[in-house]
Amino acid sequence: MSVQELEKIFQDKIDREVRIEPKDWMPDAYRKTLIRQISQHAHSEIVGMLPEGNWITRAPSLKRKAILLAKVQDEAGHGLYLYAATETLGITREQTIDDLHSGKAKYSSIFNYPTITWADIGAIGWLVDGAAILNQVMLCRTSYGPYARANIRICKEESFHQRQGFEILLVLSQGTPEQKAMLQDAVDRWWWPSLMMFGPRDSESTHSDQSTQWKIKRKSNDELRQQFVDMIAEQAKILQVTLPDPELKWNAEKKQYDWGEIDWNEFWNVVKGNGPCNKQRLDARKKAHDNGAWVREAAKAYADKRKEREEKEIKVA
Amino acid sequence: MNQQTIFDYTIHLADNALVIAQRNSEWCGHGPVLEQDIALTNISLDLLGQARSLYQYAASIRNKMNGNDQATEDTLAYLRDAREFRNCLLMELPNGDWGQTILRQFFFSVYQYNLYQYLQRSSDNTLSAIAEKSLKEVTYHQRWSSEWVIRLGDGTEESHRRMQNAVHELWMFTGELTTPAGYELEAARENIGVDPASLKAAWSQTIAEVFQEATLDVPATGWMQTGGKEGRHTEHLGYILAEMQFLQRTYPDSKW
Repeated sequence: MSVQELEKIFQDKIDREVRIEPKDWMPDAYRKTLIRQISQHAHSEIVGMLPEGNWITRAPSLKRKAILLAKVQDEAGHGLYLYAATETLGITREQTIDDLHSGKAKYSSIFNYPTITWADIGAIGWLVDGAAILNQVMLCRTSYGPYARANIRICKEESFHQRQGFEILLVLSQGTPEQKAMLQDAVDRWWWPSLMMFGPRDSESTHSDQSTQWKIKRKSNDELRQQFVDMIAEQAKILQVTLPDPELKWNAEKKQYDWGEIDWNEFWNVVKGNGPCNKQRLDARKKAHDNGAWVREAAKAYADKRKEREEKEIKVA
Repeated sequence: MNQQTIFDYTIHLADNALVIAQRNSEWCGHGPVLEQDIALTNISLDLLGQARSLYQYAASIRNKMNGNDQATEDTLAYLRDAREFRNCLLMELPNGDWGQTILRQFFFSVYQYNLYQYLQRSSDNTLSAIAEKSLKEVTYHQRWSSEWVIRLGDGTEESHRRMQNAVHELWMFTGELTTPAGYELEAARENIGVDPASLKAAWSQTIAEVFQEATLDVPATGWMQTGGKEGRHTEHLGYILAEMQFLQRTYPDSKW
């Protein structure tokens, strides 16, 4: 069969909403796009453990500490499912991780912002996980089977994450004047970076058209961003916080919120590595990996020894 | 039964679990491999859960002893200073490398496993219930940490050297686990608690067996550091508490 014919069958499957599975034929570019996207998603989960992990030892109550630990552990679990999904595309976890450490692979820029106060942990749950869920709900119906299934598992846990974030903030909103100020300050700092999570404007997005045709993506960056603003603007009323955008207001005609312009200069700078914590995050990942090398080597050496001994025992028997 | 004794005994058990959970949780996001990062975080969560049950019980005892007291799990964890903590020194030692963390967990899990076996039969219903529930978790902690001690001890030359080094670093802090404090002896006399000296033989035997498989030497019994159970700690605990308690201390009487 010619490549053109294979491509036709492939696109036809996608058009009929049949999921693509690892052993199916797929265009090289589809495979590459998925490897890029899924590994980026996996890295985001793993790097995302750092800003939140920053508050585990300082969580203000034992209950909050337990919830935060469980949450950060969930992110590690998501990373595992996603690395497993990339492996179905023919790339090893080690290779994927090396690409992160060399700077070749990216992760979500949002994790390049620092968590300065406890309210930031709430804001991450509410805004960052809130934004991530919209994306991941869409990805539950993505055309590649293993990625779709990984997202279904992830979404179940993410909705709990968003709720715990909102709950942290709700308690602060009913607290002392200092706690209310802490809440507003966190929202002020996390609002715009959260909007940036949806990526460049549709008109600027390089990967979107092809991804839409392949049904990897089913909603555009701008559509998802609008959905996010409409959701958060309502929830902000319950928290009695002001979203830091003077142009944000309800448009009765369009039945959606209008809002101001994202600082795209900041967006591109953080993507390029100039965010407040780009270097620290990558350094922390590399350090964990390097310091763990002897442990991984020892585990492998021990497993090899075991195997050798067992084989000898079988021979003797 | 003297309520103060049950309180002291329970607080000691709770402090052990909390302080080592706090230390282990420093690894979250920084582990050598994702699966083991998750495993150690699980152990932290289990131990934190045990600590919470024990603090809740201790708080109820304190509030019964003094009607004006409004102790909670959080006031006990967040508003006591280092001299009031009753954990063994071993729990508060810095994590060191992954090998030291694993070894500390192993020493403690073997101790907890033996302790909870007996504590299940405590005449105090709350303590026996907590012990019974926790024993399932601790059984896994003991298995996981033993496997890692063996894997690292008998892995590469480097891992063997690091593990033997960890043994030297930690050994002098192991004696305290099975050296009874006054409240432990009293609790044991009333059949509420366990005299930890009675656990020493079983503890030593497991350590010897696992070390043998791990090709690690058991050090000759030398001088052992003690004092944590009585509130005389290493210099490390103050820093752990400064970090852990900072929000509660900075914003008193706030809800979180």
